[in-house]
Amino acid sequence: MSPMSRFVFGGSDPALAMALGFLLLLMTATGAADNQSTDPASSPTAEFSASPATETAVASDAAPQSEPEPGPESASEPAPAPATASKPGSESDLTAAFDERVSQLTDNSFKVKEAAAQAIAETGDARAIPLLKALLSGDLYYRKDDDRIVYVAPAGSSGWALTDALSGEALGEVGRRDVRKITVNNRMRSALRTSIAALTLASPDPALRLRAAREMVGSDDPAVISAVRTQLAAEDDQQVTEVLTLVVAIADLKQPDIDSRLAAIEVLHGNLYPQARNALNGLLETEQDPGVLAATKAALDAIDRKRQLNSSIETLFFGLSLGSVLVLAAIGLAITFGVMGVINMAHGELIMIGAYTTYLVQQAMPGLTDWSLLVAVPAAFLVSGAFGVAIERTVIRFLYGRPLETLLATFGISLILQQLVRTTISAQNVVVQNPSWMSGSLQLNPGLALTYNRLYILLFALIVFALLLLVLKRTALGLQVRAVSQNRAMARAMGVRSARVDALTFGLGAGIAGVAGVALSQLTNVGPNMGQAYIIDSFMVVVFGGVGNLWGTLVAGMTLGVANKLMEPWAGAVLAKILVLVFIILFIQKRPRGLFPQRGRAAAD
Amino acid sequence: MISIPSFKPLLLSAGIALGLTASLSGLAEDAAPTADQADDETIKVGVLHSLSGTMAISETTLKDTVLMLIEEQNEKGGVLGKQLEAVVVDPASDWPLFAEKARGLIEQEKVAAVFGCWTSVSRKSVLPVFEELNGLLFYPVQYEGEESSKNVFYTGAAPNQQAIPAVDYLKDELGVERWVLAGTDYVYPRTTNKILEAYLKQNGVAEEDIMINYTPFGHSDWQSIVADIKKFGSEGKKTAVVSTINGDANVPFYKELGNQGISAEDIPVIAFSVGEEELSGIDTGPLVGHLAAWNYFMSVPTDENDAFIETWHGFIDDPKRVTNDPMEAHKIGFDLWVQAVEKAGTTDTDAVENAIVGLTTSNLSGGTAKMLPNHHITKPVLIGEIQDDGQFAIVYQTEEEVPGDAWSDYLEGSKDLIGDWTDPINCGNYNIKTKKCLGSEQAATE
Repeated sequence: MSPMSRFVFGGSDPALAMALGFLLLLMTATGAADNQSTDPASSPTAEFSASPATETAVASDAAPQSEPEPGPESASEPAPAPATASKPGSESDLTAAFDERVSQLTDNSFKVKEAAAQAIAETGDARAIPLLKALLSGDLYYRKDDDRIVYVAPAGSSGWALTDALSGEALGEVGRRDVRKITVNNRMRSALRTSIAALTLASPDPALRLRAAREMVGSDDPAVISAVRTQLAAEDDQQVTEVLTLVVAIADLKQPDIDSRLAAIEVLHGNLYPQARNALNGLLETEQDPGVLAATKAALDAIDRKRQLNSSIETLFFGLSLGSVLVLAAIGLAITFGVMGVINMAHGELIMIGAYTTYLVQQAMPGLTDWSLLVAVPAAFLVSGAFGVAIERTVIRFLYGRPLETLLATFGISLILQQLVRTTISAQNVVVQNPSWMSGSLQLNPGLALTYNRLYILLFALIVFALLLLVLKRTALGLQVRAVSQNRAMARAMGVRSARVDALTFGLGAGIAGVAGVALSQLTNVGPNMGQAYIIDSFMVVVFGGVGNLWGTLVAGMTLGVANKLMEPWAGAVLAKILVLVFIILFIQKRPRGLFPQRGRAAAD
Repeated sequence: MISIPSFKPLLLSAGIALGLTASLSGLAEDAAPTADQADDETIKVGVLHSLSGTMAISETTLKDTVLMLIEEQNEKGGVLGKQLEAVVVDPASDWPLFAEKARGLIEQEKVAAVFGCWTSVSRKSVLPVFEELNGLLFYPVQYEGEESSKNVFYTGAAPNQQAIPAVDYLKDELGVERWVLAGTDYVYPRTTNKILEAYLKQNGVAEEDIMINYTPFGHSDWQSIVADIKKFGSEGKKTAVVSTINGDANVPFYKELGNQGISAEDIPVIAFSVGEEELSGIDTGPLVGHLAAWNYFMSVPTDENDAFIETWHGFIDDPKRVTNDPMEAHKIGFDLWVQAVEKAGTTDTDAVENAIVGLTTSNLSGGTAKMLPNHHITKPVLIGEIQDDGQFAIVYQTEEEVPGDAWSDYLEGSKDLIGDWTDPINCGNYNIKTKKCLGSEQAATE
């Protein structure tokens, strides 16, 4: 078994180094990537209250498009917008065609609506972008009595103010039941995004252009490609150029002449966009020329090598992230169980209390979700810590040295705490919001993204661990805790107030459990039963790592996390968990004191 | 001195603790036995839904629904001139306890019918009791099929009323070609996925275009599974996830999808266990645009539905409460039972069973529910997209009702079987090829 522990040690060092790397990456990347990765749909505001906000957003988005130059299409004609270029016809003809297309949006069939939206985009009419955007975000309605397409804004207590989507004319107020929303389905939404992207490809804002360009990767619509080519010639932003080149290269794979295919393959060599790989795979099946075929294979090999590397990094990250959750859940127990020897079955409930504290903090500071976690961490520490001290003073202190009774008593406490939450808050799960900086992911390259919430929680686990270590090794309280747990009588003889130390130690462990609850509230459901899910895992980690050893807890948590994730792809989530449990049972048979047993007198029974 | 306890007592203690959890939950008390005023002037109706434990969240609502229906019926004058009386028991999400409570309801309380159960395992657990004591059970939740009992009426959806139409929608309307079948590891997802896999293969989907994945109850670490789905879906063909993931595990699943940048447009997820009630307890942000297939949505625009919602809000005294599919199923089951009792003129089990087949009542989506000879009912299939207010925008509805099929046509072992509880067949698993009733033989080999 000792090679095992050496392996584990070896493994933990790069892990730490990697975590530090993440920290640096984060510092530089969060600011820039945030607004991009945040899904616009992730704001959980109620539908009705959301509409005015998005409404104005749509309007202001559209403003620069339509206002500065009257008739932007005629002005930007040479530039990209894949407007079905100027059919000979007067302005009013075009408007009539546009209006007719718009009126088709009230149809019941999604196919008709999709075709209509496509046609609207192709008219290149200035009103198209705001209209399509409103359609996409579900803010486009029609009036039931005359099928007139309208934008709505809440007015009065239950009425809505209407604006004609075509003429911009105000149509007065109506009741909510008088208008009906124009529904869109998934497929239509994605078509709409591409259409809007094509229309915004020439936008002055590089971020918008980048998004538009990304939407077009893999497109084989000749109109889109020619628009992209035009834009590429004029593009000055490096990122956008990169993506546009990719779009053109994928399209060029279908060129009849060998040289342009080879050039395209050169561009796609090692490119991690899945569309590039798919296009090359497609080429592999149709290509006749041996030279091109060989180049394709080489390009694919390069892609696969990079993908391999990506997926190893990904697995490691997933493992460390699962490990960090285990460590967070277990680390409080490492104090109460590991250092003090109390079998605390209510540990999971202390985590739960931390999670509920997060919920209550968020309720108390509405609108400040982004900051709530900063308040919740100390609050949860104090609340759970206070519960811990209370439990220790009222129950556990009478039961020291009687593990079975402690177990039963704390089990009872766990039931009481669960019921307490059920009666005072609710038996249902509660909604804990994710701050915007915890949503989305850090895009390292087109094939590899690490989710922010996991990244932060990994860091958070390490910080909590470091702080706890610092408290135990560098403060007077830590010294006393260690002294009492090693030899109570001697510590008391030296003037340590052991009862007070016991209470504070238990409070510290409970407080850390509460802090873990804050982190877990970001990952999983917050409900009265949530603690149950972590109690077994926590004991597992502490016992595996070696009771009384904080480093053991860290290494054990991370090892189990990574082992679980390494096994999951081939064994499945259910079997992986079982295998880990079996492994621990066998391991404990062989080394009953875990990975890092306490040595010397402290270990004596 | 505090000794750090050695491991053997620790492990022993842990074992005791676990045993304790199991046995404690069994000790839960009956919720509200209103048995005492038993007189012949009332007809007793049993309500067998968990009011504590993990299933309480979903099942408590159904208990309230039955109470509401009974109250409504009593205001109309009851049944056969007698008032109805609810006998509510709490099986506490404990499967063996379901059987015990069911026995109590039938033997001691002598209830005329029982409305109850949610999970398939609870239904399987009470099934022998109902068959032995000849009781009546109305089961209101969608299930995996492959069952038809003389004593059970399945008012929830069979797979051909939910799963198959959902797959058809993805295939035909969204152009999906690759399929991820993701589920929680228990009987309903496993059987449903077996049926779907067979169905997809018959429709020309290749083996490598189907990915099947099972996770434990309450799974919360979805990182690698979602990453796999992402990879699976990035190979050029339109991909969708058919989710039979149960309850709590859904929230972290959808969150992870959102965080890894998979939107409903890239890879839509269609769920069979996510309804209004489940959505009301969570942050719906990451779920918006994903799909669910049911036979009823609260957003169904009919007058019957508006009236039902109004009655519900009045009864429960909370205008924020939602209605959902199993509630509609109970309403239909209850209406049919009342009609059958009136028609038979008695609450006798056999008479009601014979009377109820072929009866119809209107459902809440503007159609008709008819009790079929296999004890399943006809239902429309609706597909909705999740909205940010926790409601569904209906994007698809079958033209007419789909009759529930007890035995799937897509599984080798069951495609020749039918259930028919009318004369002359009178059998839950009749083989139309060999013209034989398998009877309990089939159950034994299962």
